[in-house]
Amino acid sequence: MQNEDTEQQIIRETFHLVSKRDENVCNFLEGGMLIGGSDYKLIYRHYATLYFVFCVDSSESELGILDLIQVFVETLDKCFENVCELDLIFHVDKVHNILAEMVMGGMVLETNMNEIIMQVDAQNKMEKSEAGIAGAPARAVSAVKNMNLPEMPRNINIGDISIKVPNLPSFK
Amino acid sequence: MSDVVEKTLTALPGLLSLDSQPGSNKLSSSSKLGNLIRGITELTSKHEEEKLIQRELTSIKEQVSSPNTSMRQMKELMVRAIYCEMLGYEASFSYIHAIKLAQQGTALEKRVGYLAVSLFLNESHELLLLLVNTVLKDLQSTNLIEVCMALTVVGQMFPKDMIPAILPLVEEKLNHPKEIIRRKAVLALYKFYLIAPNQVQHIHNKFRKALCDKDPGVMTASLHIYLQLIEENPEGYKDLTTSFVTILKQVVGGKLPMDFNYHSVPAPWLQIQLLRILCLLGKNDQSTSEIMYEVLDESLRRAEINHNITYAILFECVKCIYTIHPKSELLEKAAKCIGNFVLSSKINLKYLGLKALTYVVQQDPKLALQHQMTIIECLDHPDLIIKRETLELLFRITNAQNVTVIVDKMLEFLRINKDDYTTIDLVGKVAELAEKYAPDNEWFIETMSTVFSVGGDTMQPDIPNSFLKLLSEGFDSVEEDRKLRLFAVDSYVSLLQGEPGKLPQRFLQVISWVLGEYSCLRADLEVDTVLRLLAKLLDMKTTSSETKSWVLMAMTKLCEGGAGVSVARGVYETYSSSLDTVLRQRAQELQHLSQDPELRARVLPRHTGLEPLEVDSSLSFLDGFVSEALAAGAAPYKPPHQRQEELAQAKALSLEPYGLSLPLSMSSCSITDRQSPTLLSISSGLSGNSNDLSHKGGLRLDGVKRVWGREGYLAQREPAEESAHVEVPSTLRSPSQQGVADGSHSQTPTHTPTPEPELEKQQLASSLFVGLGSHSSVCLMGKSEPTPQRFRRKARSPASSSGASENVSHSLVSPPITVDTLMCNNLLDSHITSEPDVSPLEQTPPLSLGLAAANGSCDEELPDSDVKGSSPSLIGDDALVAADPAPHEEPPKDLLLSSYLPAELSGLSHSEITPLSSDQSLDLSACHVHKEGDLVLVVFIYNSSDSDIQQILLELDSEELEVSCECDGAVGGARGHSVAVCQYSLSVKRPSVHVELVGTVSYQFPVGTPQSGQFSYKLPLSSFIRPLTLSTEEYGTMWLDFSHDTKQNLTLISDDPEPLAASLSVLKKKLQLHVVEIIGMEGIVACRLLQDQPCLMHCRLHAGTLAVWLRSPVPDLPDCLMYFCQRALQEH
Repeated sequence: MQNEDTEQQIIRETFHLVSKRDENVCNFLEGGMLIGGSDYKLIYRHYATLYFVFCVDSSESELGILDLIQVFVETLDKCFENVCELDLIFHVDKVHNILAEMVMGGMVLETNMNEIIMQVDAQNKMEKSEAGIAGAPARAVSAVKNMNLPEMPRNINIGDISIKVPNLPSFK
Repeated sequence: MSDVVEKTLTALPGLLSLDSQPGSNKLSSSSKLGNLIRGITELTSKHEEEKLIQRELTSIKEQVSSPNTSMRQMKELMVRAIYCEMLGYEASFSYIHAIKLAQQGTALEKRVGYLAVSLFLNESHELLLLLVNTVLKDLQSTNLIEVCMALTVVGQMFPKDMIPAILPLVEEKLNHPKEIIRRKAVLALYKFYLIAPNQVQHIHNKFRKALCDKDPGVMTASLHIYLQLIEENPEGYKDLTTSFVTILKQVVGGKLPMDFNYHSVPAPWLQIQLLRILCLLGKNDQSTSEIMYEVLDESLRRAEINHNITYAILFECVKCIYTIHPKSELLEKAAKCIGNFVLSSKINLKYLGLKALTYVVQQDPKLALQHQMTIIECLDHPDLIIKRETLELLFRITNAQNVTVIVDKMLEFLRINKDDYTTIDLVGKVAELAEKYAPDNEWFIETMSTVFSVGGDTMQPDIPNSFLKLLSEGFDSVEEDRKLRLFAVDSYVSLLQGEPGKLPQRFLQVISWVLGEYSCLRADLEVDTVLRLLAKLLDMKTTSSETKSWVLMAMTKLCEGGAGVSVARGVYETYSSSLDTVLRQRAQELQHLSQDPELRARVLPRHTGLEPLEVDSSLSFLDGFVSEALAAGAAPYKPPHQRQEELAQAKALSLEPYGLSLPLSMSSCSITDRQSPTLLSISSGLSGNSNDLSHKGGLRLDGVKRVWGREGYLAQREPAEESAHVEVPSTLRSPSQQGVADGSHSQTPTHTPTPEPELEKQQLASSLFVGLGSHSSVCLMGKSEPTPQRFRRKARSPASSSGASENVSHSLVSPPITVDTLMCNNLLDSHITSEPDVSPLEQTPPLSLGLAAANGSCDEELPDSDVKGSSPSLIGDDALVAADPAPHEEPPKDLLLSSYLPAELSGLSHSEITPLSSDQSLDLSACHVHKEGDLVLVVFIYNSSDSDIQQILLELDSEELEVSCECDGAVGGARGHSVAVCQYSLSVKRPSVHVELVGTVSYQFPVGTPQSGQFSYKLPLSSFIRPLTLSTEEYGTMWLDFSHDTKQNLTLISDDPEPLAASLSVLKKKLQLHVVEIIGMEGIVACRLLQDQPCLMHCRLHAGTLAVWLRSPVPDLPDCLMYFCQRALQEH
C-alpha cells in the first residue's frame, strides 16, 4: 500500500472508534480526518466478537450497506458452514475471495447470496482436487477483530492527499 | 497492537472452549500459518511480537527466493506474508513473488497471487506494470475463472497508463455469453471511467447496451456508471428517465426472478440505485419529475414490510421526493415517512430521520417544528453521532431568536467531543452563527472565547482572522465598537490572570493582538499590568514561537513610559539572542521603539481608530532605490505571475498564475501590524449609512461575514429606541396577565400540566424553534434576512432611553413573544438571567409551569404570532426604504412617454422612465438607453400647461460623467400638453458604483417670468458595461498590462451542477459580460466600460466560493464591477 503507516493507523483508529460504541447506538460513524472527511462514513455491524466495518462514501445508502454486511456474513456462514472467527483468520484468502465476489473495486457487484455462493463454489471446485488445509483441531485461539474496509472511496479528491482506504479485511 | 494482544489474552479462557466447535476442526495445527498465529497469540508484549514476525519474515524471504520452492508452497508463503503485512510489518520483498505467482501459478495459485498483489500494491505502484502482461493473458484465457480473476484485479487496481492495452479485450467481454463476465467487464469499464474518463469516451453507447442487458445483474452493474455520469451531467441523460422509471416499475412490481429478493423485497439495492438516479434527473426539472411521480408513489406504497432494507428504500424515496420538482401529495406522504423515521425506536432509523429532516428543513421548516420534541430528546441522546446530527439540523434552523440556545448546545457538545474532525467542523459553525446572529457584545465575545479555547489549534485559521477583522473594522457605531473592544479587553485580561497556560496558542495570539491594540481603551487598566501579563506568556514553556512573536508585537504597541522600558529591556535581553530570527527581530523592534517615543509615535500611532491608513501601494518611495539598483545592473522586477507566465509560455493557456491568488484572509504576520492590510480597502464607506444597499459601504465589506456587520449591528440603532416599547408591556403587565396572553395563543388550552423534565424539554423546544417557520422558508434559507432581534433588545434594555414612540402596534402585538423569549432566557440562558425584568417570572414557579405548558402546546401557533409581532416593524423598515426612491408616477404615463423615444432608440433596451422634477407646468422624466457603443440619456419634457413654451434650457452636469448633447441642443420649445425630447450621450470619467447627474431646467412662457428647477438622475455603473469580445491569447497579454486589481470571494450559485458555468452565465446575463473561456475550475471573462476601457475578470472555484479577480487599467473600475458581480450573484 501507498502508506503502510496510514493504513495501520486507519485500522487502529477505526477499531478504537467502533469497539467503544455501545449496543444501543447507531451503526454509523461519520467522517473522520483519516478516512477522508465528511463524505465518508463507517458503517459497522457487530457479531459476537467480530466487527464488520465498511467505509463508504455518500453514494451508498446507509441501511443498504448495513444489509450488505448481513448478506456478507450469511454468505460466509454458508461457505464455511457455521462460520466462526477462526475460519476467517485462517482462511483470509477465502474471505477475500468471497468479498471480491460481492464488492469489486469498491462497487457493489452482487447482492444475491446464491449467486455469490455459486461463484465461490465454482472456484472451490478446483481447490477440492488439492489436499484441504483442514487438519487436526488446533489449540490455537485468538480473539479476532475482523476489520473490513472494502468500499474503496470513489473519486477521492481532497486536495492532494488522496487517502486510499485499504481494500482488505484485516485482523487485529 | 499490544492492547489487542492483551485483549486476546483476557479473552483466551472463553475462547479455548471453542476448540470443540466444528469450525476449529478445519484448522490445521501443522499448517505454518496456524503455527504463526498460535505463536502470536501466545506472546505477551509488542516487542516479542516484533521479534517473532521478523523471524517469520526472514524465513519467508529465504524460502520465496529459493528456486526449489514449488508454486504451491509459494501460495502458502504468500498467505503468511499477507498476514504479516496485515499486522503492519513490511514484506515488500514478497511483492514481486506475488506477481510471479499470479503469472505462473495454476488457477488456484493464481488466485492467491492476484489477491496478494491487490493487497500489497496500490494503484501507482511501479511493480503493477509487471502485472499487465499477466492480466492480458488471463483475459484471453478460455478458463472463465481466470477471466473473472483478471477482471476483478483490473477493477481493483490497474495502472492508468496501461488501460489502452487491455481496453479492447475488456470491451469484448461485454458481449460474453456468461453474465458474470459481462457484469465484471461493466464494472471494470466503470473503474476505467473513474480513473481515466477520456479513454472510455467512445464506448458510452456500449454502456447503454449494458443497461438494456437481458440479465438484471449486468443492468445493475451499469447503473453504477450511470449514477456517476448523471451526477456529472444530468442534462445529457434526461432521455433515459423513462427507461429508469420503467425498470424501477418492474422491479417494484416484482417482475424480477425471486432470486433477487432479499427478505422478500425485490432487489432492494437495485431500487436504491435507481431512486438515486431519478433524484439526480428530476432535480429542478418539472417535466422529468412528472414522469416519476407515479413510480415513486408506488415505491412508497410497496415498501411496507418492517425491515431495515425497506427503510433504506423509503429513505431514498423521501430524499428523491424532496429533491425533484415538488408534488404536494407525495410531499405529504414523504413527510409522514420522515415522521416514522424520527419517531422510530430503532436508533439507526432515528439517525436517518434526522438526516432526512436536515435535508428537508430548508424546504419545509414546519416538519422540524412537528418533531421538535423528538429533536430535543435526540439532543440528550447518549450517542454522540445522533447528537451531532441533531446539532447539524439545529444549525440549519438557527435564526436570531434561537441562536443563543443553539450555540449553547453546540458548545456543550464541543466540550465533550473528542473527535478532531467534528470539533473543527462544529467550531466553524459556531463561529459562523455567532457572527451572523450575535444578540449582543458580551455574548459574542464570550462565545468566541469558548470557540477559541475549545477549538484549540486545530480550527480553521480563518476563524480567528475574521474575528480580529471584525473587531478592527468595527460596525456602524463607534460607541458600539468601543464597547465591544472594551469587553474583549476585559474578558481577556481576566483570562490571562487565570491560567493562560491552558489556552490554545491561537487563542493566545488573538488575546495578545486585542490587548496590544485595544487595552488602551480601558483607562483604569495600567499598561504595566497588561505588559506583565503578556510577559508571563513569554515565559511559559508551552508558548510556541509564533505566539511569542504575536506577544512581542503586542508589547511593542503597548510599552511606553518608564515601566514599559524596563519590561522591554528584560524581554530584549532574553530574546535578542534567540535562535528564532523572527523573535529576535521583534525583540529588537520592541527595544528600539520603547526607547524612542517619537519614533514609536510615528510607527505606531495611537488612537487611529477607524481611519484607514494611507498606504502608498505602488511603493513609490522606493523608486529612487529601484532606479539606483537598476542603474547598477539589477534585473527588473517581474511579478510572480509574470515569471510563471514566462515559464509556462509553451502552453496555449496557462491559468496557473491567476490561480495563485493570495488568500483573502490575513496572514498571521500582517495582522500584528497596527492596522491590517485588508482594512485598507475599507474606505470612508464604512462611516456611511450602510442601510442603503446601493451605497459604497456595501461594496467594500468584502470578506467580512456580512450579516453581522450589516443586519446584525444595523438593527442596533433602532433597538435602543424600540426596546423601550417591547420592554414596557412585559414588565408592566402582571405575570398573570402574561400567562393569559400566552395561553390565549395556545391551540390546546386544556393542556394538562406536564411533569418537570418534560416541561424543561418543552421550554427548550419553544426556545429552539422560536421564529422557525415564521418568515417562511426564505428566511431560513437565506439566513440573511434582517429579522427583528428581540434578544438584543432584551439584553440591552437597561441602557436604553425611552425613545420616540414609533410603532405602537409593535408593542401591542409582541408581548406573547417577549414572554416566550423570556422564558427561554430564564431557564436556559445563563447569560441573561441577571436581567432585572426576568426575575419576576423566576419567582413564580407555579405560574411559569403553567406558562411553559401552554408554551409547549402553542408552538404550532407560534409562527403566526411571530409574524404578527414582526410584521409591523417590517413594514416600518419598508416605509423607510420606500421613502428613498422617488415616488412612483402613475404607470400609464411611463408607457406613454416611451412612445416618444426617438425612433433609432426605440428598439433598444432602456431603463424605467423615472420622473425627475415637476412643477405646475413642466414634468421632467428621463431614462437611459443602452446602445451598443454608447449610453444615451433621454429626457422627456412634458408641458402640462395649456400654453406653449418657447425656450427650454437644460443643463446637465456630473462629477463622474462626461455629458455631451446629441440632439440639436437642449434648447427647444414645447407646445401645450406635448412632449419634447432631448438626448445626451454619457460616458464615464471616473467610475463609481452609482453615478449621478445633476441638472437644471429653465424655461420661460411667452408671458411671464423665467422659471427654473433642479433635478438629479442616478444610474448604476453597470449601465455602462458592455461585453468585450477577445480571444484567450489577447486576454493573456492584456491581463499582465493592467495595474488596478481587486480580489474577492463571491458566493457561488451552488444549486447548479455546474456552479461555475451557472454563475458566469448569470453574470453574463445581468451585467453583459463576455465569457472568454471556461477551463475546468476556472473561467475568464471580459468586459469594457464605455467607451473602450477594458476590465478583465478571472474566476476560479475555490472552497465553495467563486474567487474573482478583476483587473483594469482604470482605477476604481474593478471595485465597482466587483460590487455589481456580488449583487448579481446574491440576487440570483
